[in-house]
Amino acid sequence: MSVMDKIASSKRESFITNSPWIIHYDAASCNGCDIEVLASLTPLFDVERFGVVNTGNPRHADIFLVTGSVNEQCKPVIEQIYNQMVEPKVVVACGICACSGGVFKQCYNTMGGIDQVIPVDVYVPGCAVRPQALIDGVVKAIGILRAKREAMLDGKPVPTPALRVGAELEVVRHSPDDEPAPTGADASDAAKETK
Amino acid sequence: MVWLSILLGILFVVLGPVLGCLIAGADRIVTARMQRRQGPPLLQPYYDLRKLLEKDMRANDVVQLILLVMALVATVVGGVSFFAGASFLLCIFLETLASLLYIVAASIGSSPFVQVGVQREILQVMCYEPMELLTAIGIYLHTGSYASGSLGAASVPMVMWLPLIFLSLLFVLTIKLRKSPFDVASSHHAHQEIIAGATTEMSGLTLAVIEVTHWYETVIVLGWVGMFFITSNPLSILLALLAVAIVYLLEIWVDNTFARVKWQVMLKGAWIVALVAGFVNFSPFFFVGTNGLLFF
Repeated sequence: MSVMDKIASSKRESFITNSPWIIHYDAASCNGCDIEVLASLTPLFDVERFGVVNTGNPRHADIFLVTGSVNEQCKPVIEQIYNQMVEPKVVVACGICACSGGVFKQCYNTMGGIDQVIPVDVYVPGCAVRPQALIDGVVKAIGILRAKREAMLDGKPVPTPALRVGAELEVVRHSPDDEPAPTGADASDAAKETK
Repeated sequence: MVWLSILLGILFVVLGPVLGCLIAGADRIVTARMQRRQGPPLLQPYYDLRKLLEKDMRANDVVQLILLVMALVATVVGGVSFFAGASFLLCIFLETLASLLYIVAASIGSSPFVQVGVQREILQVMCYEPMELLTAIGIYLHTGSYASGSLGAASVPMVMWLPLIFLSLLFVLTIKLRKSPFDVASSHHAHQEIIAGATTEMSGLTLAVIEVTHWYETVIVLGWVGMFFITSNPLSILLALLAVAIVYLLEIWVDNTFARVKWQVMLKGAWIVALVAGFVNFSPFFFVGTNGLLFF
């Protein structure tokens, strides 16, 4: 390996996976998921083990954790935080409301999941999202962060892939064309059975 | 002796950030253990720094980066002056210059959080400056010189003559190291009222420069603590290192146990402590003469 190769490989060596700093924003959440996000920082889960710091500052953060669905009032805030973040960055939708709008999906005042406003990289469902799932989601987000860094080094456009954590918890996505369903999980089961 | 000074200066420039980084890492682990958490790896501050260098930099103005690099250079030169045994006075003046450059650099940001953070920085400089000057006077009274190297010729450690000055320097150290009760509610804590204070609008390289400056600064202020225990006996270096370790653990403990105070309390506290300690501790020297060594 020549010296130049070594320099090139050391430049590709990435520390972005060792130090994910997060910013957490409560869009239109009921606070259930927010409590779980903060619970991840407590001694029981202690995400600081992985170098995670809850910065609260978009300019310093690498990972954007959003809880709750989006409405007209929080839409500009989400967009602004996202735009203030510095590349490479990833967005994690925490909880079913952030993923798809959840039970509020068909409310007249709700726009749906976070992906209606900004590109989402990782979907972590749950009501409320469990800290274990959240940590799993952040670890997946770190992988995407690294992929984005690689793309930046190669001069390629930064990819925005979509991942879903916990495949067994399949997120049911309603579209406006769907039949108006009764409520919640029963409705989606009924819809599947009829298909 | 000249060669020893040059060697010590070079050692500080090279090992200063390494030591500062390790201290910062150990600080985070000890803090976590005090909160019954496991805490990050020891090298976490280094990972953070490398990560910041990988991020894009979005600056308000290029001048910001230039000013911050100047602050870093001022800190390093001040530290070299101190650790090479040259002037302690030069060291504290260059530290002040570095703080001012940092304040000017940060105030370029237009965010209200930045403005609040910058105001707070100015107040902090105002709080710790008198105590640093009194420490310089203390060195002069003890050795008859402002050179930190002259402590290496002393027969008794400075803390014997100036215990109150030492204690009030510890008070000020809490402000210098940005620890509770004199820190601000900014990020890296669970409470983030003013986001990241003065560094709110900085990212990537700019933030990395601040981080390295802070590592150097930590080593320098801990050096100030250590110098109170240095005598002509080489073994006193071990005593100084032990004292530094105990003082830093104490700082972490204070950081974790004390509630944050308002700036008024910080200002009054720092000035009262400095003035009382200075007056009481220096008054014997008016009777015994300026050079403590002559009297022992």
